[in-house]
Amino acid sequence: MSIYQTHITDVLIVGAGLAGERIAVEAAMHGHDVILLSLVPPRRSHSTAAQGGMQASLGNCAMGEGDNPDVHFADTVKGSDWGCDQEVARLFVENAPLAVREMAIWGVPWSRVVAGQRKLPDGRVIEEKKEKEGLITARDFGGTAKWRTCYTADGTGHTLQYTMDSMVLKLGITVHDRTEAISLIHDGEQCIGVVARCLRTGDLRVYIAKTTVICTGGYGRLYSASTNAVINEGNGMFVALNTGVVPLGNMEAVQFHPTGMVPVWILITEGARGDGGYLLDKNLYRFMPDYEPKKKELASRDVVSRRMTQHMRAGYGVDSPYGPHLWLDIRHLGAQHINTNLREIANIARNFAGVDPVKDLIPVRPTQHYSMGGVRTNKDGAAYGLKNLFAAGEAACWDLHGFNRLGGNSLAETITAGRIIGKKVAEYTKDATISYNYKLVDDAVKEQENRIKALVHGWNGKENVYEVRNAMEKNLMDYVGIFRNGKDLQKAVDNLREVYHRSLKIGLRSNGEGPNPELAQALRMPGMVRLALCIAYGALMRTESRGSHAREDYPKRDDVNWLKRTLAYWPDGADLPELKYEPVKITELPPGDRGYGESSAQSKGGK
Amino acid sequence: MADRELTFEIFRYNPAKPEIKPRMQTYKLKETTGMTIFVALNMIREEQDPSLMFDFVCRAAICGSCAMIINGRPRLACKTLTSTLPRTIKLFPLPVFKLIGDLSVDTGTWFRHLSIRTESWVHTSKTFDPTKEEERMDNKIALEIYEAERCIECGCCIAGCATANIRDEFLGAAGINRVARFMVDPRDERTPEEYFEVVGSEEGAFGCMGLMACDDNCPMELPLQMQLAFVRRKIASIGLGIKQEKKIKMGIG
Ligand SMILES: Cc1cc2nc3c(=O)[nH]c(=O)nc-3n(C[C@H](O)[C@H](O)[C@H](O)COP(=O)(O)OP(=O)(O)OC[C@H]3O[C@@H](n4cnc5c(N)ncnc54)[C@H](O)[C@@H]3O)c2cc1C
Ligand code: FES
Repeated sequence: MSIYQTHITDVLIVGAGLAGERIAVEAAMHGHDVILLSLVPPRRSHSTAAQGGMQASLGNCAMGEGDNPDVHFADTVKGSDWGCDQEVARLFVENAPLAVREMAIWGVPWSRVVAGQRKLPDGRVIEEKKEKEGLITARDFGGTAKWRTCYTADGTGHTLQYTMDSMVLKLGITVHDRTEAISLIHDGEQCIGVVARCLRTGDLRVYIAKTTVICTGGYGRLYSASTNAVINEGNGMFVALNTGVVPLGNMEAVQFHPTGMVPVWILITEGARGDGGYLLDKNLYRFMPDYEPKKKELASRDVVSRRMTQHMRAGYGVDSPYGPHLWLDIRHLGAQHINTNLREIANIARNFAGVDPVKDLIPVRPTQHYSMGGVRTNKDGAAYGLKNLFAAGEAACWDLHGFNRLGGNSLAETITAGRIIGKKVAEYTKDATISYNYKLVDDAVKEQENRIKALVHGWNGKENVYEVRNAMEKNLMDYVGIFRNGKDLQKAVDNLREVYHRSLKIGLRSNGEGPNPELAQALRMPGMVRLALCIAYGALMRTESRGSHAREDYPKRDDVNWLKRTLAYWPDGADLPELKYEPVKITELPPGDRGYGESSAQSKGGK
Repeated sequence: MADRELTFEIFRYNPAKPEIKPRMQTYKLKETTGMTIFVALNMIREEQDPSLMFDFVCRAAICGSCAMIINGRPRLACKTLTSTLPRTIKLFPLPVFKLIGDLSVDTGTWFRHLSIRTESWVHTSKTFDPTKEEERMDNKIALEIYEAERCIECGCCIAGCATANIRDEFLGAAGINRVARFMVDPRDERTPEEYFEVVGSEEGAFGCMGLMACDDNCPMELPLQMQLAFVRRKIASIGLGIKQEKKIKMGIG
């Protein structure tokens, strides 16, 4: 008989980033008991690292004038390359302004409109109106028709997360940090909670809840070069996938950010280009206007990343021991602007690359950045496949972003979805009861206990966990990157299948006792490789180019055959996901030209 | 800098195995260009000792997870380049905070306790009205609030503070700074007297001995001593019975 601590609650939220905490706040305000789990103290979640900002069509600043949810909607749908769910996009754009204003009451020190004239780096002079003074302002971000990205200096994610966490404190919500959910407890029809491992002691625990919500963020760390925090390993997604009945949506949609700093892959925020930064090649030539005359450096992320790659392939990259890269130039913005508005960028460049952006160029290259795919949910945030299970934030495929997420739309998603889905969770939980067979819980724990024993004693083999991880990262990086083709993708799938079998034969080299980090990694490994296979196999099967998914052998968007979402399932005992498809919901805006980028333009009459 | 062989002397202790006493363990590593303590520790864990415990999250000096004592000083390990250090690098966990194992300490619990003690949320009677536009705020005030909110709770100031090392409940520089953050926020309706309750004691603003280690050690370069002076001045004037309107003091009438 196992001995473990059991916690019972109304709503269990796995993940305490912005999405998780916003849902927790909503559920608690509706009177529910809530427990939040997190790998790390909530304020250390990845959301804190977002610097740029959060989109909402407030239309307060001069360059945002005339903005409204309709314009935001059109940008989001175009940005997604018509891959998103338009019903969800509509809900989102209508609610984003409320989400931003609510955060202002709760304490976010949003940057505000300052009246008067201002000269932009490109020479244009704009005038902020007196009557708008003191309202929340916005900055320019890629792929948007208006300046719509609300921000707090260079610490948007930080101030949002700290404010959200202060609400969690105020409401007295229970937080168990350093706790990792390692499996869902379910009977194939309903979810009743999770088995978790305490990262302070190594003990297993059980959490039982009427409603479980997965808010575990993205999977950037499946790739070797990623801007993501090191804890972004896709945990919640594979925990859901492992049930066999919950599908993941559009896992092949992986976003690369144009400006990851070489070689540490720390993100240089889009704010740098929004504020007027340029990209230069090895001849110090500004090449983006040649490719994208209208939007230049501020075309949508997928487009800029591809143009950069294309330019480097043409031989214009700067050689370095880490491969070719390009330069980001912000020197012309001046020391004053750089040291205040772009202070974090300046610090990052100085501390991690030893360059001073006031007088030096910053080495950059496109780097894995965001996962559009995740636990597939309906518009209420309810996961497909299991009752009582919800998902939100980057871990979910709610499907606001389709095949490409616009900068600033992700922070906005976490909080806006948090509000909307939080209400749905609260309503759902009100009417829910849990009844379950105790054996179900016991079996779920035993299964994890047995996995741990096998790893510690090397019963299944002696594979080295870090070698397995490196093999997985490399395959994704080399064959499932910015440009894709059938041959490479097939290679990735074949190799990853082999890596998957190795991941089932890991044996620890240390003793696995207490909060042992090798054991934590080993427990995640098979799930991570499953995700990698969902990405690679989904990409291999999708024979078109859409948003971030760019096939060299199928360069056009193919709306006739591929206006649909991939659903990846992992059947018991399989070593490849099973793919199904569902149509994308088009309610308002029929597929058309994005107005930038190559693939979608070609699909329209071949021009 | 090329070709240096680095020697890491690392504090080891696993509370799950109390029978093995705390000790120092030595690892050798070849230095690479741009190597940080983050890179080095991960190499050691992956290639030499998979049981080694330490914490990194953002690895970009944003999240505050990785503070430790590096050659005698509390610093963020992720932004410490090995090239700035001598060949022998000694790593200890932060003092004051509870040890989880090796270099990993429980800053989360400490800071949560601090937040609850100082009631670190905006105290307001206003509720959100979705039909209204946001209340206006001077951009200067917004930036001032952000200036104090930039603290990433890494614990370097606390670890380096003599008072915090001897007095359990001392709020430390991070705590005083936290209070300052809400004091400058016009949305917070707490009166100066209410703040006095929170920080007007030896556990708060008056416990500091002025050794300045917090200021020296803050990786975010927050003006911690200035914040302390600001809070002390305010608190002292309340103590002396000098009434003042918060809003007038903040200059936003
Ligand atoms: C460097 C960078 C900058 C960015 N800048 C912007 C920006 O300017 N604007 C924008 O819109 N977007 C930005 N993004 C994207 C955005 O920050 C993220 O998509 C968003 O913050 C994700 O929030 P989340 O709540 O879904 O997840 P996260 O903030 O990643 O939180 C995940 C939570 O889940 C927990 N967790 C994970 N696994 C488990 C488990 N098994 N058990 C328990 N807990 C678990 C973690 O501890 C954490 O608390 C940026 C991303 C990066 C990488
Ligand atoms: S890992 Fe985030 S501050 Fe060092």
